[in-house]
Amino acid sequence: MTLQLTATVEDRDVEVAIDVADGQTVAVLGPNGSGKSTLLSVVAGIVRPDAGRATLDRTTLFDAADGTWRAPHERGTGLLAQDPLLFPHLSVLDNVAFGPRSTGATRRDSRATALAWLAQVDAAELADRRPSELSGGQAQRVAIARALAAEPRLLLLDEPMAALDITVVPAMRQVLRRVLDGRSAIIVTHDVLDALLLADHVVVMEAGRIVEHGPTRDVLARPRSTFGAGIAGLNLARGVAEAGAVRAGSGLLVAGLHEGATVAEGSAAVAVFSPGAVSVHRERPTGSPRNVFAATVRELEPRGSQVRIQTDEISADVTAPVVAELDLMPGTEVFLAVKASEVAIYEA
Amino acid sequence: MSSARYSGVPRWVYVPAAAGALFIVLPLAAMASRVEWGSFWSLITSESSRHALLLSLRTSSMATLLCVVLGVPMALVLARTSFRGQTLLRSLVLLPLVLPPVVGGIALLYTFGRKGLLGETIDVLGLQIAFSTTAVVIAQTFVSLPFLVVSLEGTLRTAGQRYEVVASTLGARPTTVLRRVTLPLVLPGLAAGAVLSFARALGEFGATITFAGSLEGVTRTLPLEIYLQRESDPDAAVALSLVLVVVAVLVIGLVRGTRSDVT
Repeated sequence: MTLQLTATVEDRDVEVAIDVADGQTVAVLGPNGSGKSTLLSVVAGIVRPDAGRATLDRTTLFDAADGTWRAPHERGTGLLAQDPLLFPHLSVLDNVAFGPRSTGATRRDSRATALAWLAQVDAAELADRRPSELSGGQAQRVAIARALAAEPRLLLLDEPMAALDITVVPAMRQVLRRVLDGRSAIIVTHDVLDALLLADHVVVMEAGRIVEHGPTRDVLARPRSTFGAGIAGLNLARGVAEAGAVRAGSGLLVAGLHEGATVAEGSAAVAVFSPGAVSVHRERPTGSPRNVFAATVRELEPRGSQVRIQTDEISADVTAPVVAELDLMPGTEVFLAVKASEVAIYEA
Repeated sequence: MSSARYSGVPRWVYVPAAAGALFIVLPLAAMASRVEWGSFWSLITSESSRHALLLSLRTSSMATLLCVVLGVPMALVLARTSFRGQTLLRSLVLLPLVLPPVVGGIALLYTFGRKGLLGETIDVLGLQIAFSTTAVVIAQTFVSLPFLVVSLEGTLRTAGQRYEVVASTLGARPTTVLRRVTLPLVLPGLAAGAVLSFARALGEFGATITFAGSLEGVTRTLPLEIYLQRESDPDAAVALSLVLVVVAVLVIGLVRGTRSDVT
């Protein structure tokens, strides 16, 4: 199923355009309040946009220009939220059977369908329970079965694992990976792993706008937005090309290697480098590195065998002995150095 | 269970609180103390008493049914939609809660009475509403409808729309959502509202006597009967009052029972 959508929701300051190809899973990433959930609400028909239109295959979901509006139950867009929201007065089986039953299947047929979907998410043994008797992970598995049993043409997932205990997240991700395979879906998430494992395509939203989109691998390898770089674990300086370097908005000049075509002087560009490529010094280093920035340590956080040093603009990964030797702590004035050969520069 | 917990209530507060409780309980006790237990049974089973009690139960049940049929849609519209003038409409709907029942009765008389707004229309249909049992039901419905609407609207707002949204994305039409999700979820609130409406209808006096009069077996409900007996046979009035107190206590128990199911 193919979705094409453009929409403007004025009172939430959201303006988006998104396409989902047949069988494709698109991950929507972005900070809180960037409009990700609004996007899903617009597709599902819960929020009515002020402008734009959307089609799912040949069906028009809405068209603000001529006032076309299809109610949520006529759209074929299943919505799975952070909370499972299983109907508390129905058994697990009847919850999953709700979709088929509501669209005309007999009680017996819809229960058979429900059982099949429960088996798909490894929850067949929960069929007779009440929702109040389920753990968070079990309830969310049942909610997935319920959404799928309604045979949605497009599945919308709004941070489906955000409310789960972290010990059950990996198993849930496996279930989602299995059921999303070959299915048209949009998944809103905070987690880069979800994007990597579940999605073919990534859309990054900031402040109600889509700032970046593309195949997951490309976005993570060559981010163009601050948020994209953040989830990919990379440093990103955005600005204009200037003499083989990027002059960032903050005034920082970052030298690097042009990846692919050389970016024309004065046009928008980003410089991207890994925190692991940044070295930290108490004295201004002498010698080869072209990029040396004075900075103040803001935060230290352990990351596996390394320690991530956060400054206002750039982060660096160093080993614990280095932290001890340099006596680093929040407030310490340091010099950060990056070899130009470690910095990739490309068009923004 | 929580007797050991710090309450934070100043000690002197207990004095006016106890006085208030006494103020409510004492008159009931005083009335109960005047009951002629020896003749209690014969007093409450006299023909006029039985007529009044049965009429009260019949009309109050009908009124409660009408409250549910009209009140559930009203509560849904008030809780789930927004339109111009909704706040004003809500205030108007709640008016019978604070309106003196006599005034309600007069208003009904000028609506459904023979010379009222709808009087001629009703006449053409060959119906005669004022001073009939139908009038009793109308008067009771008029005063008790707001109880159901207020109670159910509150429950609907507390329940929120999240389950309804999920149901609609699963392909359920609005009517299906209402029947299979909304109503089952608010059932305790609906039951509490219906019980409150029933209690209000059972106690209704002013609007009934104004709009329906006091004909034995036709419009003379239990409160009217008590009021009349008070002059001629005070013992019967006290005995019948006690019956209404018992019914009221049962109603409160029922409401509390359904409420505690919610939490």
